Amino acid sequence: MIEVQHVTKRYGSVKALDDISFTADSGEVVGLLGPNGAGKSTTMNIITGYLSAGEGTVLIDGVDILEHPKQAKAKIGYLPEIPPLYVDMTVRRYLEFIFDLKKVKLPKKEHIAEVMTIVKISDVESRVIRNLSKGYRQRVGLAAALLGNPPVLILDEPTVGLDPKQIIDIRKLIKSLGKKHTIIFSSHVLSEVSAVCDRIVMINNGRIVADAATDKLSESISGEGILALEVEGAVSTVREAIGSVDGVKRVSKAAGNNYTVEYESGVDVRRGIFNALAKAGCPILMMRSGNLTLEESFLKLTEGGAD
Amino acid sequence: MGAIIKRELSSYFNSAIGYIVLAVFYFFSGLFFYMYCLLSNTASMNYVFLSMLMIVMLIIPIITMRSFSEEKKQKTDQALLTAPVSLTEIVLGKFLGAFILYCLCNAIYLLYAIILLFYGTPDWAVLCSTLLGMLLMGGALIAIDLFISALTESQVIAAVISIGVGLLIYMIDSLTGMLNVEWLSNLLHNISFDAHFTNFINGIINITSVVFFLSVIGIFLFLCVRVFEKRRWS
Repeated sequence: MIEVQHVTKRYGSVKALDDISFTADSGEVVGLLGPNGAGKSTTMNIITGYLSAGEGTVLIDGVDILEHPKQAKAKIGYLPEIPPLYVDMTVRRYLEFIFDLKKVKLPKKEHIAEVMTIVKISDVESRVIRNLSKGYRQRVGLAAALLGNPPVLILDEPTVGLDPKQIIDIRKLIKSLGKKHTIIFSSHVLSEVSAVCDRIVMINNGRIVADAATDKLSESISGEGILALEVEGAVSTVREAIGSVDGVKRVSKAAGNNYTVEYESGVDVRRGIFNALAKAGCPILMMRSGNLTLEESFLKLTEGGAD
Repeated sequence: MGAIIKRELSSYFNSAIGYIVLAVFYFFSGLFFYMYCLLSNTASMNYVFLSMLMIVMLIIPIITMRSFSEEKKQKTDQALLTAPVSLTEIVLGKFLGAFILYCLCNAIYLLYAIILLFYGTPDWAVLCSTLLGMLLMGGALIAIDLFISALTESQVIAAVISIGVGLLIYMIDSLTGMLNVEWLSNLLHNISFDAHFTNFINGIINITSVVFFLSVIGIFLFLCVRVFEKRRWS
């Protein structure tokens, strides 16, 4: 649905994006994750045609955004980091303007009412946007992005500045929208991305440093799995028993009866370890995944840029 | 494009700008009409139009100052530039929005002409050609000032530069008399708004003058589009 191919963008002598490539399939919610200034907004601005890439192409449903901007833009609903709201208009008038601007063919009144119901702003439809709270403004921006039912939604940090309840509401909304739309969602908040997205593309200093399913991200970063174990028994026996299991790469002793086992990615060594230790007469008191948390993965990948 | 025109017009009247522009325009045109027509017992409105030129030069920057600069500052241009509309449609929509407000200003002359009917017979042909001249010249100024507005994020800077350019355009014909270089003074005379407008006020619809004002509109709207195009690439 969205194909970003070898996109490079320079601002003067600064390379904001450096050969970025990724795809988002139909119905997928992709999280664009990275620290501030990593290039998330630039990527989104290029996907939506607000900026042009110096090199590379962006295809929306097979349509090049630069070659056929009108057709490509008609497929996109975009919520920038600061929602582009005309604060002198009422919510309804603003949505009517965006409806006309996007040349939507659906029945105007009904469609706007439907979108306002989805994002829960029907109660403020006749209020002037200037007088709305940040949360409502964000939702009005989201409503504008949803007008015309575009197959692709690009949401740039949609939860910034919202209170916890509003954040949860917006997350739920995005999750439900993900069933019908392809969504690219940017954030620098890890818990948010892991809660909402199927896949994470991590950007740092204008480069993609990881691209994996949300639950596989840490494994893909470290290239191996980690298990934390607490086992009773002689250290040498335990080491020997665990080491004999296929797939185990390294066993290291931690404090007390604790051990850390590193194993090859994609192999499940838990049963093997259980059987081997049972055979050796060493009871397992605790076994849990020691894989990097999303936070640890993020820090590991971005620590160069964060310094 | 229709949506952008509507939005522009509503923005003028959602804020005080639309009302202030109309009020100032109507006040001064009414004042000049009273002075040069009613008090002088003449049915010719030529002096009214000539006196209003200065007011037009000052009012158009107020109409256009926020057109693009405010959009850029508030980042609302993202809504326009990521919508399925071309840059030309955006620029034309902005231009026509401002132009319609300017037309509303000029509509007051029709009322003055009707008032004159009670006292005498206005020369309708001259009045029509003068109005056409006012609209063409105003359109050209709007296009120039829109281009200036597209270059900056600050309404104030846009307004000040536009007023400066407007005054320069207003004075350019008088400058030609001070120059001894013939080709330069010819050139300035040929690009002088005043010289072209004089044709209209004399009841002459000179095709050169019409083409001149239309060309200025075309060139500056094209430059506006290029400014946006450049911004996307920079």
